[in-house]
Amino acid sequence: MTGTLIEIETLAKDYYRGKVVIPVLSDISLQIEQGDFLALMGPSGSGKTTLLNLIGGLDTPTLGSISVGGERIDKLGQGQLATWRSRNVGFVFQFYNLLPVLSAEKNVELPLLLTNLSRRERKKRALAALAVVGLQDRAGHRPTELSGGQEQRVAIARAIVSDPGLLVCDEPTGDLDRATADEILELLQLLNREYGKTIVMVTHDPKAADHANHCLYLDKGSLTGSQTV
Amino acid sequence: MKYLSLIWSALYRKPLRSFLTLASIFVAFLLFGLLQSVSVAFSEGVDFSGVDRLIIAPKYSIIDPLPEKHALAVKAVSGVELVSHRNWFGGVYQDTSQFFPRWPVPPESFLAMYPEYLLTDAEKTAFIQTRTGAIIGRPLAETYSLELGDKIPLIGDIWPNKDNTVWEFDLVGIYDVANDSVETEQMFMNFEFFDEYRQWSQGTVGNIVVKINDPDNSAAIASEIDRLFANSSDETKTTTEKAYNQMFAKQVGDIGLIMTGILSAVFFTILLLTGNTMAQAIRERIPELAILKTIGFSNISLLMIVLCEALLIVLVGSLPGLMLAAVLLARFSQSVAIFNGVELSGLIVAQGVGLAFLMALLVGLPPALRAMRLNIVDALGDH
Repeated sequence: MTGTLIEIETLAKDYYRGKVVIPVLSDISLQIEQGDFLALMGPSGSGKTTLLNLIGGLDTPTLGSISVGGERIDKLGQGQLATWRSRNVGFVFQFYNLLPVLSAEKNVELPLLLTNLSRRERKKRALAALAVVGLQDRAGHRPTELSGGQEQRVAIARAIVSDPGLLVCDEPTGDLDRATADEILELLQLLNREYGKTIVMVTHDPKAADHANHCLYLDKGSLTGSQTV
Repeated sequence: MKYLSLIWSALYRKPLRSFLTLASIFVAFLLFGLLQSVSVAFSEGVDFSGVDRLIIAPKYSIIDPLPEKHALAVKAVSGVELVSHRNWFGGVYQDTSQFFPRWPVPPESFLAMYPEYLLTDAEKTAFIQTRTGAIIGRPLAETYSLELGDKIPLIGDIWPNKDNTVWEFDLVGIYDVANDSVETEQMFMNFEFFDEYRQWSQGTVGNIVVKINDPDNSAAIASEIDRLFANSSDETKTTTEKAYNQMFAKQVGDIGLIMTGILSAVFFTILLLTGNTMAQAIRERIPELAILKTIGFSNISLLMIVLCEALLIVLVGSLPGLMLAAVLLARFSQSVAIFNGVELSGLIVAQGVGLAFLMALLVGLPPALRAMRLNIVDALGDH
């Protein structure tokens, strides 16, 4: 660990359904160290994914502040947040969310389209990312030609291809069988240990959480406990 | 350019849907190329440049007759080399569905005027010397299995004969043509016999054809001829063969208005179809668009990507349509008299491309705005 990467203070998030205010998160304060692998756990509706979205800059808080790498992302506008995400965060979702008409390589290359890299360099980096997840030989395959585990590996390659410091993962193993889930979690561990990625992962699965360094528990929008694994 | 593979891939998402959309746009722009070219040709002014044959028609209506003696007066106009005339016969051969143009003409001057109708010397002589003689094109002869010496009976619907019986002409020549632009399915018969035997209007003709000795002087000669008959009871309007053919076609109605009406209906339908297809395609891809936003694509980037997709679809469909229109018009103008000189001009191509861009904007903008305003959390949450 080399200092605090994410600092959250008195964070609150409300949603509105018509005129009805629905508080989802309230008074959340926490710090996440650089290079940590943190699991967020809690029952459905506890606010795990909302907190993850706020950390990843997909949403903005109602109250409080979020700093990532010293930058107040709660102060950024939509355009600035998009740029910030492209440079600093990789995303992994439960259902992979790959573009079905593109090959694995082209899916991985997508974040690099936002850079000024040449076509050749983009291809080189996409193949390197696929190599990290062990799928270099499937670069030309489309998502429909891959297994669920392979699809999730491609999604992880897409998340790391622009070399962000932070990976946010929303139930990355929720759609996989146990053995494949373990392989994905080991890959995330590898990225955390060998490549120094800070990982924040939402999961329902205690066995998945076992792969993290720390666990935070949420219930009804509040932090209720923490545990070092 | 780096987004091209992403934009291009949209075409492969639902190949059948893409094909059908492209096909409908292709047909719409093919029609645009053809109809707009015809419409422009019918609305433009008469171009006299380079023509050595002029048609003298009645000034106010092409169905009015002209006195045959006009032909004699025209002969005296400086620059006029040859004069002939023709008359629309109409008529029915066997039944009304078997229509082909029939023209009583003075054989000698007609054959001199139109060397592109190829007959043997014996046939030419027979046509000139036979009062009831007629000639037809070879395809027509083959269609009706007609041979030299056959009688051709015609019911004179416009021109009944003095006995109120069926006209009978003797087939004395079957002509070939010197080039593809000459109409082959026509019948020409001896004017003298026609004029004597018809019930009324003796001494009149439908229009007069003149050959001039200097094509560069055609406009001046046309003016001179019309001036000759100005303020008479039979004023004339002298024009080119192409313009006359178009005038003839305009008897059907306002060609430009008809073409515009058809094109408007076609494009309105295509606009609705393509717009609906684009909207549906974007609806289906909401999660994918949300992912693009998640990884950092800006709102403007997504707007442009969707607009470019719409433009790509419209251009891929429309450009081949315009190209085929150019090819077809080039062929028609060689082989169909009414299309003579009709071409897909650079201006019409430019209008077509402009229309394609406008169409892309109209069908692409609503889904593009939707993509731009997409809320990532909602879109991924729904997924």
